Amino acid sequence: MFRRASSLLARSHFSARTRSFSADLPAASSTDDAFVAAWKKMIPNIDPPKTPLSFMSPRPATPSSIPSKLTVNFVLPYASELSAKEVDMVIIPATTGQMGVLPGHVATIAELKPGVLSVHEGNDTKKYFVSSGFAFIHGNSYADIIAVEAVPVEQIDTSQVQKGLAEFTQKLNSASTDLEKAEAQIGIDVHSALNAAITG
Amino acid sequence: MASNAAVPFWRAAGMTYITYSNICANLVRNCLKDPYKTEVLSREKVHFSISKWADGKPQKPIIRSDNPEA
Repeated sequence: MFRRASSLLARSHFSARTRSFSADLPAASSTDDAFVAAWKKMIPNIDPPKTPLSFMSPRPATPSSIPSKLTVNFVLPYASELSAKEVDMVIIPATTGQMGVLPGHVATIAELKPGVLSVHEGNDTKKYFVSSGFAFIHGNSYADIIAVEAVPVEQIDTSQVQKGLAEFTQKLNSASTDLEKAEAQIGIDVHSALNAAITG
Repeated sequence: MASNAAVPFWRAAGMTYITYSNICANLVRNCLKDPYKTEVLSREKVHFSISKWADGKPQKPIIRSDNPEA
């Protein structure tokens, strides 16, 4: 009896040590088993109702070895630019600087600044100009990028950018309140980023 | 609790993130080449009619529109 107790104790100690971190939690089960069991007992001839969760594919588990591709979801309010697309690398314009994301990147949330988002796929590079947004990089080599407005870089009009840059530089000099100054500063930042995107 | 960490300049000026990101998005939209520019600007147009209720009856509706002709 005592021998069994010690083995139980040892086992619980072991399982406590190998408990995974909260970030590696498995995806929640889409059905409530107790509810389904109760439903089947009451109404055996009708299937239990489906909830939105049962239509969503569960979050893939973090693979033990780093996958060769990064899966990217790039979403805008009016369109889904990239949906679960497998690419080699994305370069994200984060507020802290350009951020290259490869498969196996550590889980991060980054705020985006106006700048170029480049998606590398083999020898192809697709460049988008994003206005602002957020990027969520998950431990399982998935990246979700959310932007308010994103356009392919080749659709930017150089003359409009030069005009805007001049206009906002002049506005910053004539601005009196903090709010006006901030608005002019945003204008300069966005137009400089646009200028850098078409020249660089 | 307000954070003491450094805030972006637009936040210090009293702007919210929504205001900031909408300004950024609008500036980007205005810098596009022509066929795309009209397309994205028309997508952002808002058109609705609103009427207030008084004494259990709707009053004359007011039309709020970004299209000048409507």
